Amino acid sequence: MARLEHPDITSDMTTRIDEVINTHRETAGAVIPVLRESQDIVGYLPVELIDYISSGLNLPKSEVLGVATFYSLFSLTPKGRHIIRVCMGTACYVKGGKEIMNRIRQNYGLEEGDTSEDRRFSLEAVRCLGACGLAPVMVIGQDTHGGVTPDRVINILEEYE
Amino acid sequence: MATARLHLMLCGGTGCQASGSREFHAALEEEIKKQGLKDEIKVVETGCNGFCALGPVMLVQPEGIFYQQLKPEHAPLLVEEHFLKGRPVEKLLYVEPASKETIPIMTDIPFFAHQKFWVMKNKGAIDPESIDEYIARDGYFGMAKALTEMRPEEIIQEVRDSGLRGRGGAGFPAGLKWQFASKAESDIKYVLCNADEGDPGAFMDRSILEADPHAVLEGMIIAAKAINASQGYIYCRTEYPLAIERLNLAIKKAREYGLLGEDILGTGFNFDIDIYQGAGAFVCGEETALMRSIEGKRGMPRPRPPFPANKGLFDRPSVLNNVETLANVGQIILNGAEWYASVGTESSKGTKVFALSGDINNIGLVEVPMGITLRKMIYDIGGGIPKKRKFKAVQLGGPSGGCVPEQYLDTAVDYEEIARVGAIMGSGGVIIMDEKTCMVDMARFFMDFIQDESCGKCVPCREGTRRLLEILNKICGGKGEPGDIEDLEELSAVIKESSLCGLGQTAPNPVLSTLRYFKDEYIAHVYEKRCPAKKCAALLEFRVDPDKCKKCGMCYKVCPVGAISWQKKEPAYIDQSKCIQCLSCYEACRFGAID
Repeated sequence: MARLEHPDITSDMTTRIDEVINTHRETAGAVIPVLRESQDIVGYLPVELIDYISSGLNLPKSEVLGVATFYSLFSLTPKGRHIIRVCMGTACYVKGGKEIMNRIRQNYGLEEGDTSEDRRFSLEAVRCLGACGLAPVMVIGQDTHGGVTPDRVINILEEYE
Repeated sequence: MATARLHLMLCGGTGCQASGSREFHAALEEEIKKQGLKDEIKVVETGCNGFCALGPVMLVQPEGIFYQQLKPEHAPLLVEEHFLKGRPVEKLLYVEPASKETIPIMTDIPFFAHQKFWVMKNKGAIDPESIDEYIARDGYFGMAKALTEMRPEEIIQEVRDSGLRGRGGAGFPAGLKWQFASKAESDIKYVLCNADEGDPGAFMDRSILEADPHAVLEGMIIAAKAINASQGYIYCRTEYPLAIERLNLAIKKAREYGLLGEDILGTGFNFDIDIYQGAGAFVCGEETALMRSIEGKRGMPRPRPPFPANKGLFDRPSVLNNVETLANVGQIILNGAEWYASVGTESSKGTKVFALSGDINNIGLVEVPMGITLRKMIYDIGGGIPKKRKFKAVQLGGPSGGCVPEQYLDTAVDYEEIARVGAIMGSGGVIIMDEKTCMVDMARFFMDFIQDESCGKCVPCREGTRRLLEILNKICGGKGEPGDIEDLEELSAVIKESSLCGLGQTAPNPVLSTLRYFKDEYIAHVYEKRCPAKKCAALLEFRVDPDKCKKCGMCYKVCPVGAISWQKKEPAYIDQSKCIQCLSCYEACRFGAID
């Protein structure tokens, strides 16, 4: 079996990843849950980890990488401490989601999909969080903020160190 | 069992949780304890109530009094005034936006009064985490009838006679789909539930899963009996953590009660359900792509035939139904096809849940009988357009749908009538747009979504939608040229004709429907370099009209880049070289002095 060596992955993480692989090894279609749970452990999916998962599940590397790059949930690059998800569903867009995105972009010099150099923030646009009553909506980590305005957004973000 | 004097049905749906229902819940429990009312008053955390914009909301039973926008500091007042002294707290009651009238009883509020709760009959009425409460409201009775009294052909016939059509969007008759799968020969078959609700602006499936998860399980078990399947999967969006949590709990409870798993109700019938979490891909709502995804592959669609009813998940016969479709099934079996078909239009039976959002007063989920007019839905239930602005269009059916202008507001809501005016029923997203919405920008928005979500397998969808987006970006960016509109039309026709799956075949719809009704806006953008709705920043130049300026300095305060100079008693001035066209000053000016 391949060895897992990467500066962002501790031996404790490796143990947990092994558990994830072992739990799912026998089930058909295991690769997506394994990638998701491994990403939850490490925070993202470095290429070394993808190699490790493919040998663990006995699948071609190309197949596992193909899955990891297809779905928007998976990230091959490190994320910031706080992930800002601005909803760009129709209701949020109609009510000013784009203006919020622009304000964050201008203020922190972040483009969609970027992580700031100090790894404080990652900025993502998401497709409808299903909370249209609160439009426009933004999620930071696990916190949902509804009725966000371009003027308020920076104040909210400054709460996150 | 002790019975409480009052039941406080507090909404615990995603919307209300985000506006603080958990914090209010804690404060309320504490206050009740403090006043020694623990045995008299029971707080129940329900699923989504539907009236999301006013969250957190709470219904006091048996009185039926409806409270809105609750905050932790309201808890002592509510307990003291209402629950002890019997005087409802006026300031927390619903006020009708148009008439300014206070309406205390939930069922009197127009938003609720015009609805018909079938699929959502348990929303806000039961604790979604309690299987007993679901059973107490006739839950699993339909399933028991199907398993103990009916042959598979009879179940299929009942569903066919009811006229139930797939609520995911295309409206294919559910019973017919089951019939195909039941006739396929195989020792293994699957029943799948599509809970990958991806349409922006649609959240009815999420709400059903959060408020009434057992109704979905019941529908799946009945479908399994009808086609003789032994395994089911619910493919649920990973963005819906609360729905997944409640589904997991529901599955566990149903197994404990012998309603799921081996030998259900002692009938010898075996069926079990697992949840499969999606990983964020809109195209996985397409049935063949969804099945590929459960197999652990890239979620790409494949040409049909063979249809999934013959060759679906792991190449076995499979039935895939949407959440809302399945949630109807138990009641159809229990109450009969005739009962169900008594509501609706000639071609579309029963009720449909819509997600009303956008520029409308009452944002939320509504369940209405098929055949209701758009006007009734938008004005009587939705309460009309806020801020005294004018209605412009209603967008139906998500990215594959279309925009319907004012002159068609009396269209009856059914699959065929909506298609006739250039939109689709879709999964039920209804987004209202007022006069400040630019329709070219909306088309651009949807095209951005679609080209982002195209799986890339077939060229017309992958390259065609990208080109459509480029042209729309050009037009919105003030660089439109003669010929662009014709190019949009021609490309759209080709993409529609030649794409592999539903996503590509419907991808040009946002462009086509806005061109159909709002071509003048395209013309204004391309030929006059003007955005009539004042939305496309590149076509706007922000200048202060000194005659209209009231010298209040609001624009100066909101400008994020310091492009505005202003002093007391002087009109403001915008430095064009610094302006980033963010629209902040334009939105902030209350006197229309910035144009």
